[in-house]
Amino acid sequence: MFKKRPDFRNLLHLTIRPLLTGLFLLSLIFTAFAQTDTTATAAQGGTDAAGGAATDGAATDGATPAAGAAGIPTSDEAIAAGATVFNANCTVCHAINSQVVGPALKGVTERRPLPWLLKFIHNSQDVVKSGDSYAVNLFNKFNKTVMPPFTSLSEDQIKSVLGYIQSESNKAAAPAQAAAGDGTATDGQQAGGGGAAVGGISSQYFTIILVGLIIVLVLILLVLILIISVMSRFLNQRTDLDEEDRESINRTTNYRKIVTSTPFIGIIIFIFLSIAVKVGLDGLYSIGVQQGYMPKQPIAYSHELHAGKYEIPCQYCHTGVMKSKSANIPSANICMNCHQQIKTESPEIQKIYAAIDFNPETQTYGNNKKPIQWVRVHNLPDLVYFNHAQHVKVGGLECQTCHGPIQEMPVVYQYSKLTMGWCINCHRETQVNAKGNAYYDKLLELHEASNPNEPMTVASIGGLECSKCHY
Amino acid sequence: MKNNKRYWKGIEELQNDPELVKRADREFSELLPIKDNGKGDSRRDFLKLMGFGISAATLAACEAPIRKAIPYIVKPVDVDPTIPNYYASTYIDGGDYCSIVVKTREGRPIKINGNDFSQVTYGGTNAQVQASVLSLYDKQRLEGPVAKGKAVSWDDLDQTISQQLRGAGGRIAVVSYTVLSPSTQAAIGEFTSAYAGAKHVMYDPQPADGILAANKSMFGKAVLPSYDFSKADVIVSFGADFLGTWISPITYAKQYSKTRKVSKDKKTMSRHYQFESNLSLTGANADYRAGIRASQEGLVLGQLYNLISAKTGGSNANFSKIATVPHLNKAAGDLLSARGKSLVVSGSNDPAVQMLVNQINQLLGNYGQTLDMDRPSYFRRGSSTAMENLIKDMQAGRVGAVIFYNCNPAYDFFAGNQLQDAMSKVKVKISTADKIDETTLLADYIAPDHHYLESWNDASPRQGSFSLAQPAIMPIFDTRQAQSTLLTWAGSPETDYYDYLSGRWRQSLFSSQSVEKDFDRFWDKALYDGALENTGVSLLETASGEIAYANTNVPVDATSLAGTINSAYKADNVGVELVLYQKIGIGSGRQANNPWLQEMPDPITKACWDNYLTIPQSMGNEMDIETKEGFTGMVNLTINGQTHKLPVVVQPGQAPGTVGLALGYGRTKAGKVADKLGVNAYPMVGKVNGNFAFFNASDVKVENADESYKIAQTQTHETYMGRESIIQDTVLAEYKEDPKAGRFEFKVETYEGKEDPEDVSLWHGHKYPNHHWTMAIDLTSCIGCSACTVSCQVENNVAVVGKAEVVNRREMHWLRIDRYYSSDAAEDLDAMEIASANPEVTFQPMLCQHCNNAPCETVCPVLATTHSTEGLNQMTYNRCIGTRYCANNCPYKVRRFNWFKYHDNEQFADVNVAMNTDLGKMVLNPDVTVRARGVMEKCSFCIQRIQLGKLEAKKQGRRPDDDDVNTACAEACPTDAILFGDRNNPDSAISKLLNDEQEGRAYHVLQELRVMPNVYYLTKIRNKDQEETNA
Repeated sequence: MFKKRPDFRNLLHLTIRPLLTGLFLLSLIFTAFAQTDTTATAAQGGTDAAGGAATDGAATDGATPAAGAAGIPTSDEAIAAGATVFNANCTVCHAINSQVVGPALKGVTERRPLPWLLKFIHNSQDVVKSGDSYAVNLFNKFNKTVMPPFTSLSEDQIKSVLGYIQSESNKAAAPAQAAAGDGTATDGQQAGGGGAAVGGISSQYFTIILVGLIIVLVLILLVLILIISVMSRFLNQRTDLDEEDRESINRTTNYRKIVTSTPFIGIIIFIFLSIAVKVGLDGLYSIGVQQGYMPKQPIAYSHELHAGKYEIPCQYCHTGVMKSKSANIPSANICMNCHQQIKTESPEIQKIYAAIDFNPETQTYGNNKKPIQWVRVHNLPDLVYFNHAQHVKVGGLECQTCHGPIQEMPVVYQYSKLTMGWCINCHRETQVNAKGNAYYDKLLELHEASNPNEPMTVASIGGLECSKCHY
Repeated sequence: MKNNKRYWKGIEELQNDPELVKRADREFSELLPIKDNGKGDSRRDFLKLMGFGISAATLAACEAPIRKAIPYIVKPVDVDPTIPNYYASTYIDGGDYCSIVVKTREGRPIKINGNDFSQVTYGGTNAQVQASVLSLYDKQRLEGPVAKGKAVSWDDLDQTISQQLRGAGGRIAVVSYTVLSPSTQAAIGEFTSAYAGAKHVMYDPQPADGILAANKSMFGKAVLPSYDFSKADVIVSFGADFLGTWISPITYAKQYSKTRKVSKDKKTMSRHYQFESNLSLTGANADYRAGIRASQEGLVLGQLYNLISAKTGGSNANFSKIATVPHLNKAAGDLLSARGKSLVVSGSNDPAVQMLVNQINQLLGNYGQTLDMDRPSYFRRGSSTAMENLIKDMQAGRVGAVIFYNCNPAYDFFAGNQLQDAMSKVKVKISTADKIDETTLLADYIAPDHHYLESWNDASPRQGSFSLAQPAIMPIFDTRQAQSTLLTWAGSPETDYYDYLSGRWRQSLFSSQSVEKDFDRFWDKALYDGALENTGVSLLETASGEIAYANTNVPVDATSLAGTINSAYKADNVGVELVLYQKIGIGSGRQANNPWLQEMPDPITKACWDNYLTIPQSMGNEMDIETKEGFTGMVNLTINGQTHKLPVVVQPGQAPGTVGLALGYGRTKAGKVADKLGVNAYPMVGKVNGNFAFFNASDVKVENADESYKIAQTQTHETYMGRESIIQDTVLAEYKEDPKAGRFEFKVETYEGKEDPEDVSLWHGHKYPNHHWTMAIDLTSCIGCSACTVSCQVENNVAVVGKAEVVNRREMHWLRIDRYYSSDAAEDLDAMEIASANPEVTFQPMLCQHCNNAPCETVCPVLATTHSTEGLNQMTYNRCIGTRYCANNCPYKVRRFNWFKYHDNEQFADVNVAMNTDLGKMVLNPDVTVRARGVMEKCSFCIQRIQLGKLEAKKQGRRPDDDDVNTACAEACPTDAILFGDRNNPDSAISKLLNDEQEGRAYHVLQELRVMPNVYYLTKIRNKDQEETNA
């Protein structure tokens, strides 16, 4: 008769405890899922709250992708005008469907309310500084890359740009189905929302189901705990149990023992070491990367003033950019083309005069010339060959693609990482500027014959080969 | 038949030296250089260094150094940073001449190419011209004028010297090498006419007294004829190394190569006989070559004269009898059947011998055809006799002042050792040398001249041909053009040499032409082209005046000639004679301080950084000289009562009874690179008929010194283990019948029958959609001159490693020239001696073959060497970790490993000057990385030029053509043996050539390995008769 008791106890120990543990873990996992999801919703909700009652409508509209945001024009002229403005101002950093310097803009009108967008585009840093959590997140996510303010754009212009983006987003909606998997095209928000939309269950339902599941699990947990305590009590009342059985019924967890156990210590050390190695490696990768390097220059020359305000073309001073490897730091005689007459009294201009030995009163040059020692901002290692003419003249790239919003820099800083990964990435993504260049005719023909659906990128014509840059 | 021919690269290989065999299968002959500073670093030191290194690297990484960008203050209009500018100019070094184009970057000359507009050098260059750009950045150059050991200002110097010259008393002499420049000649003329009794004396380290005297006697003009080897079907040369060092080798090599090119449509080539003592570069290229004693050259020529005159109606003369020289009868027969289309030349300095040569050429009707006396050339105008007389005058105290215009007679004149004594009798001694040399050391005043790349000048290498030299850089130091200096001291109204030069051109050359109306346009065009041809103007002849070119009068008739020759040349084969020669790289020794030339292996011996005695195998055996891999013996050479201890090189092809020694070594005051390297052979010169001869047959003794010597020879390095598909050659007669004659075609046995190795491969192969860079090297055209080796070194910043490291087989040349001897198989020792007596020679430039199935690529653990979509085997230095697997796996042994940091390293500062001083670094090509220690490097097909050429084409929106891309080696080649281009471009020269030759002469070295190189070789064809191939 008593022979069955051990089985019963075993049942208790072998099934219920593991079941409990399993359930506990399961619930943890679900909670984790739920949390990621709720962060998404919370972020939306949070900003919605901050945005005030007026934006609530837009926030809820976010769940229905087809609907346009209020105030965004949909007329063809507006979209066309928006396209012009977009191409002139935004393409340096943004694309609709892919992440370039800044996030992909597909569906941005659905992600964000219009007033927020207007504010952000006008001056993103104001929004970031105001502590707007979405903006701060975005700013951090993109390596604190400053989106230049577009104060020159009117509200209507921005709206037309948004209209253009919205129409492009809708156009892209069908192909997006296929593209959704590649995961490149978002600023982090779209994946959750977009993915849910594609799956046919809205995120809110998903949350409700999850919460329901968790509640069920917790109930099961409670029931099981109850069963255990009832059964333990029942067994403890029995007197025919030997010492061993009793011990196993009243087992208590010895935390001290767990903490001092070898596996536990091992796991802790492993985690610690992994983190240390990761931090160390990250640190090593940043050696020599001088992104943001902004040295003080001998003469306080402002690109913001010359290239930004007065819109002097870059090539006026950087004469070599279309024809040679180096873009050329302008020689002082180029400065003198204007500054022989302009701002002659400025102490900074006086420095040029001192270098070129010019006497502004007599308008004569002397022979005591001293070169200006600018501090190099962009330093590539000697082992890499980079040619400006190839990229600017042949490739047709804008200066800003690599040098960033140079027309807004009072003091020039290194905008891009200038790491090999950065170069390679661009070579992978950039389409060769082959149109009208007979050099590429045959290549283009071959490419279209073999691979008609994809653009001919630099990488596809050997742009990743070692000796294109290293020799 | 063909299979019993055997190729060997050195005596060691022929003898199967056990040391060589042991090393042959190793890629790296030495183990890791653990003790490279001699102190013996221990493992503990290594760990210490490691520890320090890591912490230092971490610290260093925290703060990047601040780099400055310093633009021009006023940018010159035509200088754009990073865009090279090219200036046509002229290389003049005494009588050595080359019309050149100088490549400058940011105002610094960094590379010299040939000028295609020149009708004298036809766009060719040689190793010395290529390397001369480094001498511009020689740290040993003088930084300003010097008076009695103290730096002074130019004004002070001018004042002192003007006074001194006026008060000198006695004659004033201006001493120079041959002056090729009419304007310089005129400037010297202004000086000599300003001082009463002043005279200009020219001499040459490699004089042509013999030719000049013979021509003066025969034609009344002491000039060199203009030779035209391209018109000669039969060339017979007696000791004239016209492809390497004789008079104007670039000109002759270009002309020679034109007659030697064969193709589908031209199956003829000239036939070349060479009779000489040392195996010269020219002899190595001859179809038939025979070794003769230099002391019998006159008699051999006498024999030839009699053979020719017997058939052409000349008068026979009675020359002393000597044993019949092989091939001489055949040569005479060929000459006779090619009358008016043949050429006989001799390197002798004896007027009697040269007169005999003239007579032979006259009998053959070659004047006006292959020799032009109406448009003579001016490469050699110096007179050894005049120089000897000057030294006598100096010794007698008849000379009051002497000015050495950029010459160094104390070293490179045959009687230069008397100069020191003679100079003590001269009151005013002035030199215009740009660095301290043996002669300048004896001078009181130094008025340093510009380097030729900093100078204005003109040159007239040949009557009617002119070229301009223009500065390619601002003067680096406080130097002044020597012509200006002379004009200043002459009190001339025009002291600026540029104005003087252009003024003279306006007067003479501009006024004698009618094409250009405006002088500035005429001048600009001449300056742009660099060369002005066929002007019909002669500016040099009159200036030379009445100079005695020989100590004896030269008889014109054959009988008296025979008398003169019989008295001076010995018929007996007794004794040892020393034959002096110039090396391709070092030449007369003027550029001896140039490490690129010192490190360039001699094309024949493959030894560098050394002067050694070349001896025939028979002599080596007699003296029991032991030559082992890397080691050789020493001998005592006794000559003129002086004994010199010298290393020997047993030289196949060295005529029995002769030993060879190079001039240009044993400098005492050349600079850190050349000082105390070898012995000075100039004083060892002999005399024949009272004139300097390039040999000495009187009382020469060679004895074994019983010492071992480490010699830096590169040849037996990297052997091919006797495989047969490396050199493929044939004779013209067979080629005419079968364009594939001589080809070794390897076939793979498969179940489907025999197939080409290329068709049986595990690899999928590469696709080359864009470009397919390919090179073809014509072994028939390649003369082994090594201009390509130096050109590659300049272009690609290849380090110089110095003698000790070459001994360790760590030379860095990306392009080497393998020299193979071939002879019939020799199995026993006796037969071997016959084999090496006079072998055939084949040169094979060997560089990275850019294999399509590259063995190196598959073994690199870090993907540092990869294949490009343009057919290039790319080497990425920054990825290389130095395992050297690739070099181990390379069947061509063309990968070079940086065993040391050669730049900015005290240990190599003396030899690798281009990477160790701020001045030297100015010569580096900024487009090519200077490699660090521990990485592999190799030929890149001049990828920087490919990229640049492509970019130029892209900028203009077109495909690149042959003019856009060329490698440095192909560009430098004086015989157009190397052709480079895009195989995918049907219009490129390489496509056309290979389409023709694919089923003909083109082959891959080691085809059986199926590595499918992108470098093709075209079989070597010798113009021999068929029946003699087995002889």
